[in-house]
Amino acid sequence: MAEIIIKQVAKSFGTFQALHSIDMTIRDREFMVLLGASGCGKTTLLRIIAGLETPSQGEVWIGGRRVDHLPPRERGIAMVFQNYAVFPHLTVFENIAFGLRMKKLPQQEIDKRVNRTAELMHIEQLLKRYSGQLSGGQRQRVAVARALAMEPDVILMDEPLSNLDALLRLEMRAELKGVLAESKSTAIYVTHDQVEAMSLADRISVMNGGKIVQNASPVEIYRDPAARFVGSFIGNPPMNFIKANRQDIGRWRVAGLDLYGPSHGASSLEFAIRPEDLTIGEGGFIATARVVEPLGAHTLVTCEVDGKPFRAVLDSDLKVAPGDVLTLIPKPDRIRWFDPETLLAV
Amino acid sequence: MSTLAPTDEPRAVGDTRRAGRWVFITATVMLMAWVLVPIYLLFVNTLSSPSEVSGFPKTGLPSFDFASVEFFLSFSGVARALWNSVVVAVLTMVLSIGIGAPAGYALSRFDFPGKEVFRMVVVMTRAFPLPLLALPLAVMFIRVGLDDTALGLAFVHTVLALPFAVLITFSLFSGIPIELEEAAWTLGCNRLQAFIKVVMPLILPGLVASAVFAFTISWNEVFAAAVLTIENRTLTAFLVQSLNVSPLHLKFAGGTALVVPALIFIFAVRKYLFAMWGIANR
Ligand SMILES: Nc1ncnc2c1ncn2[C@@H]1O[C@H](COP(=O)(O)OP(=O)(O)OP(=O)(O)O)[C@@H](O)[C@H]1O
Ligand SMILES: [Mg+2]
Repeated sequence: MAEIIIKQVAKSFGTFQALHSIDMTIRDREFMVLLGASGCGKTTLLRIIAGLETPSQGEVWIGGRRVDHLPPRERGIAMVFQNYAVFPHLTVFENIAFGLRMKKLPQQEIDKRVNRTAELMHIEQLLKRYSGQLSGGQRQRVAVARALAMEPDVILMDEPLSNLDALLRLEMRAELKGVLAESKSTAIYVTHDQVEAMSLADRISVMNGGKIVQNASPVEIYRDPAARFVGSFIGNPPMNFIKANRQDIGRWRVAGLDLYGPSHGASSLEFAIRPEDLTIGEGGFIATARVVEPLGAHTLVTCEVDGKPFRAVLDSDLKVAPGDVLTLIPKPDRIRWFDPETLLAV
Repeated sequence: MSTLAPTDEPRAVGDTRRAGRWVFITATVMLMAWVLVPIYLLFVNTLSSPSEVSGFPKTGLPSFDFASVEFFLSFSGVARALWNSVVVAVLTMVLSIGIGAPAGYALSRFDFPGKEVFRMVVVMTRAFPLPLLALPLAVMFIRVGLDDTALGLAFVHTVLALPFAVLITFSLFSGIPIELEEAAWTLGCNRLQAFIKVVMPLILPGLVASAVFAFTISWNEVFAAAVLTIENRTLTAFLVQSLNVSPLHLKFAGGTALVVPALIFIFAVRKYLFAMWGIANR
C-alpha cells in the first residue's frame, strides 16, 4: 500500500515562490501524471516527493508514513531522471543491480531481478555494455529498468521520454504503460506533453504557476476543464473562447447568437467550445474561413468569428476554401462557460 | 611611381599557409629545445666521467660512466635526504588532497554565503611570497616544536599545493552531474556511500593526477625546505646546501636526481593534467 498524500506543500527559492500550497492525494497503484507548461514547478514537486528537495512548508506522506524529514533512500521510492543518470563507470547489469546491492540482497536474487527487468525493458542483450556504448533510447530503458528492479512503492519519472525521437517516444510510451500496470508501484510521471499525459494517466494534475489547477481523469480534464487555462492548454487545437454578454437571466449573447447559459450574476462571461464540437448548419456563428489545413480524417479550419480567430475541426468531406463563409453550430451539451474574473468554470 | 613593390604581389593561399606552418614548427622546436636541451645536457654530464665533465672539447654524447652517480649516491646524507623528500612529498600529497578535495566538493555542490570570497582567498594564498613568510614561520615552528620535522615542512608545502588541489578537484566534481549522486541517493545510498560508489570512481584518475601534482610541488620546493629544516633536510635543500661546495660532476648528478622523479611523475599523469587544465580553464 503506497498512497501518497501531499498536504499544503509550498516551496520558495529565495524570494521566488515555485510552489503554492499544493494539496494532492495519489491512490495506491495509481498512475498520476503531472502536466504543465515549462517552469510551472512540476520537477520541484517531484523532487520534494523524492526527498531531493526540502519543502518550505507542508507534509508529504507515503504509505501512511510521514516522510518529509527522511532522506530519499528511506522513502521507498525510485526515480527516473530526465537525463537518465545512468552511472557511466558501471555496466548496464551493475547499473540495474546498484540499488539491489545496496539492499544487500543475495546474488541469486539480484541476478534474477536484473534479468527479469532487463527482459521486460528489452535490454537483455546490452547487460555487459557501458552507458557510453548505448543510444539515448537504450539509456532510457536502463534508467527505467534500474528503477523497476527496486520494486519500489513509488516510482517517480521526470519527463523520461522527452529526449527521444517521436517514433521511439510513442513506442516507449505504450511499453511504459504496460510495464507499470503490471508492477505494484504507484507512479508519478511528469511531462509537458499533453498527448503523453492523456495516454498514460489514470489521473492528471494540471499545474500552472506553482498551483494545481485541476486534478481529474483525462477525459474529464478534456471535457470539463475546471479553469480557462486547462481548456487552452489541453487539446490540440485548443478550445475556442468568445466573450458572452448577459441578455437576461440565463441568456447570453455570443457573437450574434442568443444562447442559454448559466444563470450567473456577472455582466459578461466567456463562452468556450472545442473545435471538434462544431457542426455546419443553419443559425450558427458566422465564420469566415482564413486557413484550411487538411489533416486526413479531418480538416482544421481557422476562421474569423467576431474579428477573432476561431478554429473548427470539420469532416474532410466538406469542401472549404479560404474566404468561404460558414455557419458553425456549437453542440449544446459541449458548451462550457468561464468567469473572466476568476478564470474558473461556472 | 609606376610599379608596386615586388613583395606586394598577391600570393597563393597555400603560400601563407605554408608560412604559418613554418612559424608554428619553429616555435614548437624552440620551445622544445628550451626544455629539452638543459635536460639533455644534465643527463650527458651525469653519465660522463668527472674528467670529461670538466674537460674540453665536449663530445656531446654520454659515455655512460656511472662514477659520478655512484659517488653521489654514496655521498653521506644523500640517501637520508632522498627519504626525507619522499616522506614530505607523500605527506603533502595526502594532506592537500585530504583538505583540498572536500573543499572542492563543497565549492562545486553547495551554495553558501561567501563562496566567491572563499574561492578568491584560496587563490590568494599564492600571493604571499614564501621568503616573506619563512622567518615568522620558522619562529612559530620552533615554538610549537614543528621545526626540522617532515610534518612541519609538509604543512608548508600543503599550503603551497592546496590552491591547486582545491581548484582542480572543484572542476573535477563540477564535471560530475549532480543527478548521478541523486540517483545513487534514491537507490539506497547516503551521501558518503554515493560519493564513494559513484563520484570517487569517476574522478579517481583526475584525483590521482592532482595528488601527483601536489607531490611534485613538494618535491621541487627548495626555499621553505632550506629554511625550516636543518638535520632532516629534503633532497632539494640538501643539494642546495652541499653542492655549492661540491665539484661540477656532483652537481650534475644531484640535478638529475631531482629532475628524474618529477619528470617521470608528470609524464605518467600527463593525460589527466591536460584534461584537468582543459576543465580548469573553462
Ligand atoms: N534551485 C533553484 N533555485 C531557484 N529557482 C529554481 C530552482 N529550481 C527551480 N527553480 C525555479 O522554480 C520554477 C519551477 O521549476 P521546475 O524545475 O519545477 O519547473 P518544471 O515545471 O519542471 O519545468 P520544465 O518543464 O521546464 O522542466 C522555475 O521558475 C525555476 O526557475
Ligand atoms: Mg522539469
